[in-house]
Amino acid sequence: MNTGSANGPTGNERMLKIVCPNCGERHYTEFRYAGDATKSRPRHGSADLRAWHDHVFLFDNPKGAHREYWQHVLGCRQWLVLERDTATNTTGRSWLASEAAPP
Amino acid sequence: MTRRPHRVAEGGRIARDRPLSFTLEGRTFSGFAGDTLASALLANGLTLIGRSFKYHRPRGFVAAGCEEPNGLVTLGETGRTTPNIAATMTELHDGLCARRQNGGPSVDFDLMAINSWLAPLLGAGFYYKTFMGPRRGSWMFYEPFIRRAAGLGRAVHERDPDRYETRYEFADVLVIGAGAAGLAAASAAGRSGARVLLVEQDSLLGGQLLSRHLKDRCETWRGAAVAAVAACPNIRVLPRTTAFGLYDGNMVGLLTRYAPGQPQSARGEAREVVTTLCAKSIVFATGAIERPLVFGDNDRPGVMLASAAQTYLNRYAVSLGQRIVVATNNDSAWSSAAELARSGAAVTIVDQRAEVAAPLLELARQGGIAVELASVVTRAFGRRRVKGARLAALAGGAERTIDCDLLCMSGGWSCTVHLTSHTGIKPTYRAAIDSFVPGALAAGHFGAGAVMGSFGLAQGILEGNFAGAQAARHAGFALGAPEPDPDHVQVLPDEPYNLEIARGAAGKMRGKAFVDFQSDVTTDDVTNAQQEGFESVEHLKRYTTLGMGTDQGKTSNINAIGLISTLRGQAIAAAGTTTFRPPFTPVSIGALVGRNIGHHFRPIRRSPLHDWHASNGAAFIEAGPWLRAWYYRWAGDTVASAYIKEMHAVRSAVGISDISTLGKIDVQGPDAAEFLNRVYVNGFAKLPIGKARYGVMLNDDATVLDDGTTARFSETRYFLTTTTAQAGEVMSHLEFLHQTAWPELQVQFLSVTDEWAGMSVAGPKARAVLALAMPDHDFSDATLPHMGCRELIYEGGALRVLRLSFSGELAFELYVPADRGTGLWELLLTRGAELGIRPYGLEALASLRIEKGHVAGLELDHRNTLDDLGLGRMAGRDKVYVGRELRERSELKDPQRWSLVGIEGLEPDARLRGGAILFANADPIHGHGRGYITSVTWSTVLGRFIALGLYQGGLAHQNEEIICAFPLKNEIVRARIVSPVFIDEQGERMRV
Ligand SMILES: [Zn+2]
Repeated sequence: MNTGSANGPTGNERMLKIVCPNCGERHYTEFRYAGDATKSRPRHGSADLRAWHDHVFLFDNPKGAHREYWQHVLGCRQWLVLERDTATNTTGRSWLASEAAPP
Repeated sequence: MTRRPHRVAEGGRIARDRPLSFTLEGRTFSGFAGDTLASALLANGLTLIGRSFKYHRPRGFVAAGCEEPNGLVTLGETGRTTPNIAATMTELHDGLCARRQNGGPSVDFDLMAINSWLAPLLGAGFYYKTFMGPRRGSWMFYEPFIRRAAGLGRAVHERDPDRYETRYEFADVLVIGAGAAGLAAASAAGRSGARVLLVEQDSLLGGQLLSRHLKDRCETWRGAAVAAVAACPNIRVLPRTTAFGLYDGNMVGLLTRYAPGQPQSARGEAREVVTTLCAKSIVFATGAIERPLVFGDNDRPGVMLASAAQTYLNRYAVSLGQRIVVATNNDSAWSSAAELARSGAAVTIVDQRAEVAAPLLELARQGGIAVELASVVTRAFGRRRVKGARLAALAGGAERTIDCDLLCMSGGWSCTVHLTSHTGIKPTYRAAIDSFVPGALAAGHFGAGAVMGSFGLAQGILEGNFAGAQAARHAGFALGAPEPDPDHVQVLPDEPYNLEIARGAAGKMRGKAFVDFQSDVTTDDVTNAQQEGFESVEHLKRYTTLGMGTDQGKTSNINAIGLISTLRGQAIAAAGTTTFRPPFTPVSIGALVGRNIGHHFRPIRRSPLHDWHASNGAAFIEAGPWLRAWYYRWAGDTVASAYIKEMHAVRSAVGISDISTLGKIDVQGPDAAEFLNRVYVNGFAKLPIGKARYGVMLNDDATVLDDGTTARFSETRYFLTTTTAQAGEVMSHLEFLHQTAWPELQVQFLSVTDEWAGMSVAGPKARAVLALAMPDHDFSDATLPHMGCRELIYEGGALRVLRLSFSGELAFELYVPADRGTGLWELLLTRGAELGIRPYGLEALASLRIEKGHVAGLELDHRNTLDDLGLGRMAGRDKVYVGRELRERSELKDPQRWSLVGIEGLEPDARLRGGAILFANADPIHGHGRGYITSVTWSTVLGRFIALGLYQGGLAHQNEEIICAFPLKNEIVRARIVSPVFIDEQGERMRV
């Protein structure tokens, strides 16, 4: 699925395509976006209203490198964490949301 | 209209053996294959092509290419009518039918030309000043007049019978533009073995070379370059293709027009195709566009760009004048002048520069061209056709007028930087050529030739070679063999290009000096805007509408920015340019949409029982993507009468309805119970096997996400249903929670919506129908109590029976594999016939639930909380569930929130309406009120209109009288707030 560039894939060639760990490089229209994946959800049952409030309502809107949840709805239906540059749309690594981030 | 044929006896790239006939406003003209509509009209001596946008001044062609501001026509008839097409970009074909625009009653005799006398009223900011002033109603008053007077062509309402396509393509190297630089780039990239796509908006390859004389040495080079590109198997050429937008991911939007003539839809031929192209690298070879000069009445027909006059002469064999004045500030117009002189015309060059290079003077001398240096044209004479030019020496002295029948202008060349800046890279100004050039190019982007500000032919070829090779290398292809050096690359030595910035001799001008022809913006407008404080180019654009036409200011941009910079005493570089956005030239909606029209726009989902409904008198209604049975003819011919009879059948005997569209999710796993217990507000941990339970799930922010019932068929196996509308949303929600928050839970989900056909048998005789239909099974209250569920066998396959009621009657939901749905449905109808069973549709289904106060999609709009919907008691006090914490927010506990109420009409004949605004009795009927009606039905039980709605304070106002206002119909109806459960509040009917 790689681009075959002598210089390795550049950002340009990877934009708007997302690598699904199960299905390989796919067009972004097969995915559904769900937002910020850098935040961690409060533990189920946590009674910390402030923590829930911040989790649900407060978002940074970073320009540049970001991690987001995307679901491969028209593929394996897995939720992924995807690295994407919000300024250039360059996509980077991705991994299953149910698994730990790669080193 | 006086016309004089202008076709030159020989030469040009037209096929004189292929005459074509076409019409303009019904009058027949002829041209040749190879003509554009513009060249054919000019060859026929027609110079008046339209009336201007605001002032309705007569206008002729200014250009010969995509930058044409005036020559817009409406093409085609009935559904094929397409307005605002540049005649300069329209290839002539036999039977072409065109109309001119913006003239009333005709372009030749235009009543609106009176606007010229109203000009002071129509200046910069006219719309803002007129319609935002103290007289608020003035827009209402003026609008019809303005709409009629302003604007270009009109679209039609008929369906376009032609076919359009969209598609995806990929290339290693995309070369945009097939002028000299683009041809060289494509060849160079092609030699590396890369897959090259060369796109060209013209029908022929060569760009400006096509405007040279056929005997010019460059034609030899062009021929060889085109042949080389054609011979290379890995180069694909797409003529008639405009790269209209550059997007992230090196994606380029391409619009390909079908070859001239009427495409055969039946053979699958498309009129236009939009291609989304993904390229590894891109070479921009988009060239440059000549600029007009700004002088008085520079919009008269017969005032034209010098390069355009040269193109019409050399490419189309159309000679537009015998006495020609060429006004310029730069070198390129001198070669245009020489070409025009060679046709036999008497040519005068008026150059504002005091000194020009010696070779230019020699060129003029050889062509017998009169030369006026340090002079400018200050005004054009003539009204429907230019008759003369006023000349002024910059040193001063008496002005003089010389006669002419063609006035050419050249204010220098603007690089076609549009595409390079679509992704946000600002172009930078280069004073030496008075043009913006591309800013930094992104990785993988290369530029060559005039677009980069390199105007020489040899330079363009050199840069094209280099850029093509670089682009191929970027795409991963080694450089091919070095460029061979056969004779054909020996082109002319580079032509010099010098220019002196021209900003018009403002003080000496009379008449209207147009900066933007299409938007009818003059120097006075720009000056006024500047004086009123609209100094930024972006403000100037919006205030004057400059550059906002279909040509997007291709000829006006630099002149306007130059003028505003001069007025502000500021450098152009500091003024900057407006933002270039796609599309470069207009793209028809049809091409963007392609085949996604009608039912292809959104696929229709049909229930497995659809065919039965269709052949048994159902009327259908679209509900989201579904086509659902709305009501049946047995009950009436209109929905208003039918659903009431259907409801009555259910309440008094028994009915059957199709509920296959409900979302169905198979939930399995050792932790399924724990998972469901977390997502539903009410407890599911202890749901016994063989039982179903109604559940509500919340979003994290405590608004209600969805409701439905979930049945437990074994220790680890659940059958979850969702509302039809939220099926996909709920599925993703469950997957999200499982995969991102609780991956340790052993549970899996599978959407089985399409696997099961579902039907509800409801009414006092429902059990009797099942007993008759399936006598081997026991449906008694003991075996299958209220909220019980069982897995049975029906004809050797699975049958799931859930005793649930949405209507409030004794009811059973039956699910069988989709292909058995119709069989079971027919069995129930046949066996139940003696009990009076009748099918009922969506309208009755939705109305039955209103009588019972069950919320549905209209109430579950992601804004309401459990308490708003009267469901607060469902949530376990000590239970943990998604959304619990944020439900505790004080704002959500406010007793004044709008919450669910029942509404009963007090006037027997007055109907309640969905969306009606609710007011307390004493309120003035004004504003947003205290709530609104969500769902309405006629109650067969109560014999009056009833409704569900949201009302401020909710049931605290029970039994109060309110007002339901429906301003769209000027209706005001009295009503009373009641319990939302209108019938059988204890739920006894469904427990029998
Ligand atoms: Zn996947």
